[in-house]
Amino acid sequence: MGRTISLTVYGRRVEEDVEPRLLLAQFLREQLGLTGTHIGCDTSSCGACTVHIDGEAVKSCTVLAVQADGAEITTIEGLARNGELHPVQRAFYAEHGLQCAYCPPGMIMSAAYLLEQNPNPSEQEVRHGLEGNLCRCTGYHNIVNAVLAAAKG
Amino acid sequence: MATTASDSGIGASVLRKEDAPLITGQGRYVDDIKLPNMAHAAFLRSPHAHAVIRGIDTAAAAAMPGVVDIFTYDTLGLEAGVPCASNPFGNAKQPKRPILADGKVRMVGELVAVVVADTAALARDAADRIVVEYDPLPVVIDAENAGKPDAPQLHEEAPGNHCLTIEHKTEGFDAVFDAAPVKVSLTIDNQRLTAVPIEPRGVVADWISSSGELTFYTSTQVPHFVRTFVSAICGIPEAKVRVVAPDVGGGFGAKIDVYAEEFVLAQVSRLTGRPVKWIETRSEHMVATVAGRDQLQTATLAADESGRMLALRVHLLQDCGAYLALLTPSIAHLTVIMVPGAYALEHVDITLDEVFTNTTPTDAYRGAGRPEAAHLVERLVDRLADELGKDPAEVRRLNFATEFPYTTATGLLYDSGDYAAALDKALELSDYAGFEARRSEAAARGNYRGIGLSTWVEICGLAPSAVTKAIGIGAGGWESAIVRLHPTGSATVVTGSSAHGQGHETSWSQIVESELGIPFDQVDVVHGDTGQSPYGLGTYGSRSLAVGGTALQLTCGKVRDKARLIAAHLLECAADDLEWSGTQWQVKGSPERAKTIQELAYAAWAGDSMPTGVEPNLEATTFYDPPNFTFPFGTHIAEVEIDGETGKVVVERYTAVDDCGNVINPMIVDGQVHGGIAQSIAQALYEETVYDESGQILTGTLVEYMIPSAAELPRFDTARTVTPSPSNPLGVKGIGEAGTIAASAAVVNAAVDALSGIGVRHLEMPMQPGRVWEAIQQAKAGN
Repeated sequence: MGRTISLTVYGRRVEEDVEPRLLLAQFLREQLGLTGTHIGCDTSSCGACTVHIDGEAVKSCTVLAVQADGAEITTIEGLARNGELHPVQRAFYAEHGLQCAYCPPGMIMSAAYLLEQNPNPSEQEVRHGLEGNLCRCTGYHNIVNAVLAAAKG
Repeated sequence: MATTASDSGIGASVLRKEDAPLITGQGRYVDDIKLPNMAHAAFLRSPHAHAVIRGIDTAAAAAMPGVVDIFTYDTLGLEAGVPCASNPFGNAKQPKRPILADGKVRMVGELVAVVVADTAALARDAADRIVVEYDPLPVVIDAENAGKPDAPQLHEEAPGNHCLTIEHKTEGFDAVFDAAPVKVSLTIDNQRLTAVPIEPRGVVADWISSSGELTFYTSTQVPHFVRTFVSAICGIPEAKVRVVAPDVGGGFGAKIDVYAEEFVLAQVSRLTGRPVKWIETRSEHMVATVAGRDQLQTATLAADESGRMLALRVHLLQDCGAYLALLTPSIAHLTVIMVPGAYALEHVDITLDEVFTNTTPTDAYRGAGRPEAAHLVERLVDRLADELGKDPAEVRRLNFATEFPYTTATGLLYDSGDYAAALDKALELSDYAGFEARRSEAAARGNYRGIGLSTWVEICGLAPSAVTKAIGIGAGGWESAIVRLHPTGSATVVTGSSAHGQGHETSWSQIVESELGIPFDQVDVVHGDTGQSPYGLGTYGSRSLAVGGTALQLTCGKVRDKARLIAAHLLECAADDLEWSGTQWQVKGSPERAKTIQELAYAAWAGDSMPTGVEPNLEATTFYDPPNFTFPFGTHIAEVEIDGETGKVVVERYTAVDDCGNVINPMIVDGQVHGGIAQSIAQALYEETVYDESGQILTGTLVEYMIPSAAELPRFDTARTVTPSPSNPLGVKGIGEAGTIAASAAVVNAAVDALSGIGVRHLEMPMQPGRVWEAIQQAKAGN
């Protein structure tokens, strides 16, 4: 059946047997119990499952778990450090950037990556930078505000 | 209304207490629940839109390792159909919808069999191995064809595929209509949409055979309805069913329904003796979860030369889909009653026909019948203004209802309003007066720029129970609340409404702080669990604050009144000698003689020094039935630019002035407005659920069904006027659907305005580039 993969999930070394067809998103949720990463579609359209793989934002439903062998993964659960929320998490709270909150784990991971690549984005750069993440509640208005606020620090 | 001056009481933009777990990945949605020995369900669905089932062979699938059991209609043991709880005037045909297909399927996605297996992947694999023999039947997918004499017939009980007809005509209509000097007509296809909450539906059913108890986790807006229907359909005493709506990732009306899958999950947990989970895939959502809208409208508005509206004739053709879902027949009835919009229109002649087709059932989708009404009347007013060469803002102003309460031509009593105030504010904020310069500037770049209004009004605060009964909805419209003070002074609120993103925990805590003086952070709000809350009717129709919030406010009043008796006893004075400070009962003129609400909570719990006849402890319950609906309103103004070469429409500016009465949390209200506008712009520009002639869905994933991203939407400039509702003591109206009701008409009006100079008079939704480009070419060719 499976093969063994070993990877680092926000600093913790894990070694697991996985089925070859298992998606990284499912692996994180079902085998590691990290249910903060959400799944919202079948077609890599919604971005709810976005995580960081070796520092890059990736939709974890587009990656097989076996492909993540050896990688370093950060999920929404690992974004806060030493009890301190990441600036993007703080800004989503302060700007009312979430309602039902199913999309924010992926949205926040995408936004955090966006700001790493471009620490001082324009509004249009934020909007285009987040176009792989769908939200059905906020109309994006406050999400965009949150990312701009996080950039200002 | 008792209020306290504070940073976290009524009226303050308090940050949400819900958020901390949700931004750190500690939310708990249905798919996050894992129970010991849990099995997984997968459904085999019909690939045909209409077919007779000749046989189902499950042998190969059942033999696969890891498969626990497979059930079809013959073995599931559920005789009853999926419930429809609405029948507007008692004459709707309500054909039975078997929970699993009983020899026939009438839509793609209909449930045929269910597999229970050790993992979700094994269940899916096994479902694919079930062999079903179908004899396909002719298919009808659109409402216009469904009524034709040679159309395929879906149900024996519904000849001509006819579900119901509702007619509403005012006395004297014909004379006024016939004599009117000006008439404008429109045909509008208010297209089919799919709700697409980012969390799909999902269920974990956990049957304990020894006690006969079912615990049922489901992603729903209405946990108590689910309990009632699961009990009734599956034959489990209601008291033995506990339904939990954990964190729910959006609903938008699609999670009001109680679905076939939910009954199946309850039953297979019982039959297999294991907890069973099912999580809807997005592809399933597109065919299995109720759709919205899908209403074909033809209308003629009669007016005089000054632009005064005199009479409105409307025909609505509603596509119900293949079966009736929970509220299907009533959705278009809401369109019927809201057709007059914000206008003092004396005469209407409205006919609604509802029909069956081989498509997914339609039901509530954010706005539920009211967006269809607002879109129609707001497009007609613009057509009228265009016909007369008048400013659309002034034609609206001329026709506004101005005296409140106002009785409409469809028999509603609008509670309060100042429609011109909202219009004026929006005109100013949008720089309406300066628009022509922006139009010219765009024209110089080869683009068409237009501006469009929508002066919307809607019906909220569902609903007085006598009215829901009268319009054929099989449930009351009241809501419940408990306020429970603890001996150490904090409070638990239990509400029957069921938030799924609306921030009730925050707003409800603000109400308690203002009403009882218990600090916001000391209030805990419990919702979404029938094991903890009294019966509640849930969250939909922008009802939660107007009905559930009022229930809470009244309950706080009961607690405060009881605390006063205890305070009087402890302070050895008459209750009438006390006044409420906002946080304590104090002797009038001697505020140092006082008992805080926390002291009184402790004294009531201790119970040793209670006034005669007063029970110990501070806790109260209210079941509140509202006396009337509420009618929020406002003006939205969209400004669009259309690429002259490609036909692409971009919303460049968007101004929303809404009036939802008194506001508990302005930040949350703005958030609701933003989301609603986005969904309605999406209807205007992007979204449409499409079937081919054989009934196959062509928008079966989010690749084909276009939900806009941040890149497709503008910023929203929001503002408010405040006209309190007299229908409830909080003076609130409701805001959850305002944006969805308002925006589509504003955007289409703006696009038509942009192209009116070349002769375009109407555009159908969604205004995708190809469609707009064609309209431009045709208009140019015609000139």
